[in-house]
Amino acid sequence: MKILIKGGRLIDPATGRDEVGDVAIATGRIVGLGKVPADFAADREIDARGHVVAPGLVDLAARLREPGHEHEGMLESELSAAAAGGVTSLVCLPDTDPPLDEPGLVEMLKFRARKLSRARLFPLGALTRGLAGSVLTEMVELTEAGCVGFGQAEVPMADTQLLLRALQYASTHGYTVWLRPQDAALGKGVAASGAVATRLGLSGVPVAAETIALHTIFELVRATGARVHLCRLSSAAGVEIVRRAKADGLAITADVSINSLHLTDVDIGYFNPAMRLTPPLRQGRDRDALRAALADGTIDALVSDHTPVDVDAKTLPFGEAEPGATGLELLLSLTLKWGQERGLSLANTLARVTCDPVRVLGDALGSLSSSAGRLVEGGVADLCVLDPEAQWRVLPEALKSQGKYTPFGYADTGMALPGQVQATLVAGTVAYQRQATG
Amino acid sequence: MNALRIDAEALYAELRRAVQPHLKPDTALVGIWSGGAWLAERLKQDLCPDAPQGVVSSALHRDDFSARGMAAGSDATRLPFSVDGRPILLIDDVLYTGRTIRAVINELYDFGRPASIHLFVLVDRGGRELPIEPSFAAAKIALPPEQRLSLMRNEAGRFEFTVQEQS
Amino acid sequence: MLSRRNPQLNSHGELIHLLSVEGLPKAVLTQILDTAGTFLSVNDREVKKVPLLRGKSIFNLFFENSTRTRTTFEIAAKRLSADVINLDIARSSTAKGESLLDTIANLSAMHADMFVVRHSESGAPYLIAQHCAPHVHVINAGDGRHAHPTQGLLDVYTIRHYKKDFANLRVAIVGDIVHSRVARSDIHALSTLGVAEIRAVGPKTLVPNDLREMGVHVFHDMKEGVRDCDVIIMLRLQNERMSGGMLPSASEYYKSYGLTEEKLALAKSDCIVMHPGPINRGVEIDSQVADGRHSVILPQVTFGIAVRMAVMSIIAGNEA
Repeated sequence: MKILIKGGRLIDPATGRDEVGDVAIATGRIVGLGKVPADFAADREIDARGHVVAPGLVDLAARLREPGHEHEGMLESELSAAAAGGVTSLVCLPDTDPPLDEPGLVEMLKFRARKLSRARLFPLGALTRGLAGSVLTEMVELTEAGCVGFGQAEVPMADTQLLLRALQYASTHGYTVWLRPQDAALGKGVAASGAVATRLGLSGVPVAAETIALHTIFELVRATGARVHLCRLSSAAGVEIVRRAKADGLAITADVSINSLHLTDVDIGYFNPAMRLTPPLRQGRDRDALRAALADGTIDALVSDHTPVDVDAKTLPFGEAEPGATGLELLLSLTLKWGQERGLSLANTLARVTCDPVRVLGDALGSLSSSAGRLVEGGVADLCVLDPEAQWRVLPEALKSQGKYTPFGYADTGMALPGQVQATLVAGTVAYQRQATG
Repeated sequence: MNALRIDAEALYAELRRAVQPHLKPDTALVGIWSGGAWLAERLKQDLCPDAPQGVVSSALHRDDFSARGMAAGSDATRLPFSVDGRPILLIDDVLYTGRTIRAVINELYDFGRPASIHLFVLVDRGGRELPIEPSFAAAKIALPPEQRLSLMRNEAGRFEFTVQEQS
Repeated sequence: MLSRRNPQLNSHGELIHLLSVEGLPKAVLTQILDTAGTFLSVNDREVKKVPLLRGKSIFNLFFENSTRTRTTFEIAAKRLSADVINLDIARSSTAKGESLLDTIANLSAMHADMFVVRHSESGAPYLIAQHCAPHVHVINAGDGRHAHPTQGLLDVYTIRHYKKDFANLRVAIVGDIVHSRVARSDIHALSTLGVAEIRAVGPKTLVPNDLREMGVHVFHDMKEGVRDCDVIIMLRLQNERMSGGMLPSASEYYKSYGLTEEKLALAKSDCIVMHPGPINRGVEIDSQVADGRHSVILPQVTFGIAVRMAVMSIIAGNEA
């Protein structure tokens, strides 16, 4: 189908393009950008006047809960949530049930996602079988099936010998290993160590759980030359260690979740289970350090960390509640909110969820890497039409995701969020368009 | 309508005259908190300085707890004598529905079995909702239900009545 | 984030649940203490019962076992003429996999008026208070490490009974404070009532420096910690502390942190010694001290019943 997006403000964070113009789309690609060929006969027009046209968002961490966990989220609902959130590519974590440690599971997941024609799915494979931390997975086979990297999700690898070998093996083939820096024994608490956890009598996770893990990972990276992506930094001390490691030239990248970027442990309030998250929410100065690090590039990407959790698993005492919050439909708004608070341009702000995550994925995206997360004439037509000025209230019942738990619900915060998606296109197909309400 | 003025001191004099013949060697004067307690104190000073005297509160046996909740304020029962077998003169300022008296009698029974309880009040304003009658009332005054009659005691220790409208 | 109303108070600022001492205004604490005084005298009467909660059903939900605490709540409820039902949750439906909230919903359907809840997870009573029917009141009998508000209240009642005025008091809490809900409730109550100084005394593994954020002075040397104190509250040492790598042995703990006559002599001469019970003789406290003239450990138990009667009657009389 030929689509013409008319009159939008075209923003391409990768090049800094920021100008009003049209976008012509045909056979899943952008065939005209800015000025459109006069003889372009669109089958469908999207009026983007007064709106921004940006590359579709690339989310490096979302859980879709399939295979397994179907009661918490089905591919259909979660990919619809992604589309409603302007997300056109997402990386899903391997901690499904069963974990993504078999090529067949990965193939099936990709096949089903393709049929739904919503976001592009880039699965992370399990680093070890069953995520059990003892036997390596068939990383070559898994990569052929479509995995873009390998990780352990939230399951720490206490055996440093094995982690060393896994990194060596992955680096043999140039695969990136995605690791959550959290020490197995120190990371068992349910809230971040500090005044709030002490007052509330919750078992704490000290900052050392993150810093020790980071030091361990960096030593192993130095020893093996492996490429590592650090998932979900949470502390000022951790940020500092990453900054120095990058200055030393280590091949590492890092992300931070929308939750850690905006919230602190004080937000736990009266044991609100929506605040039960991993990593746990830390203190104000940690949040400030994360915000600055995302701005100066120490942290490369912002992720939704989308984790749908069932009502039954959340209506439990805080320490027993399952960690996680919904996030795909909030990623854009929380990115814009961060950018506004730092006084950054729209292009600079959106880079954190478009071209920068693509840079993290690197070669794993294959030919897509030249145009995903960007507006390129001749490149893939993965786009998001958005209204950066619109304010909306997060009402859990109205979310498309089956995960209804969010710390940003209007009932809790009394605050509306900026930025609303008007339309999302993936491979030139309209995956989502906002219904005009009165 | 003119404000109703009741001479509390004159009524007290009547009460004192009525109480005197009922005092036996082991009689105790028990005043209902707060107005009755003041009266009992003065009666003891005036008539029988050595008699046992106490204060009783209706707080723990009230029948309207569910509606009104636990009252704040220090109005605990204090009975520094044995209740068992004792003749008690129960003193109160205003007798109205009779519910306070019922609660206070239950309270006294938590301490023992008195030989007798006789009720002496300054004012009986009628409106009884329970079968309770005083042995003596210095005055009988009918008042509309919206008016609340309360005994006050000024710094000099003189008694006065106030009448307040309540919603 | 929006500041949320304290779930323990209704819109008039009256107590409808007792979940924690933290966040309760001084006036509420004082009301509870004053009312407890009234009920103390009830316990000295021939008839130790008043009809205030007649017809009300109070359910003891103890997800964590405790015969002592449960018994004092039961006595308090019965002295208010309430009907008491004890639920042995560990052996009942929850063990069969029924969720916490389903258990609560079922009990509410049996016309419960009040739940007294003890649970091993911090915050559990908040979840229950949030989800039970509006007319049902919740009293926290101890949740994880977070709070044991009736113990905190009876402890300050005890202190008020013997010391009258809180203003110039120096209070030391000794022992495993980091794991203690009693200590947290004591600290909040003492702070709100305005004592001069609260001290936390113990080894770093049990009394970490970040406790200072709760407004206490941290001491790792017990002799310095109890010096010139008016009140010493001893906490029980639990066996789990040895297996978690926090302490080598009970006898080494006793050497450094046990309350002996010798250490007690460093406190003020009229110092009172308290303990929430049950006491481990020869571990945190010497028998001579526990039974000696400074000890008010047994009166604490009596005060505990009066304080629980006060809490139940105040809460039952307030509407959500």
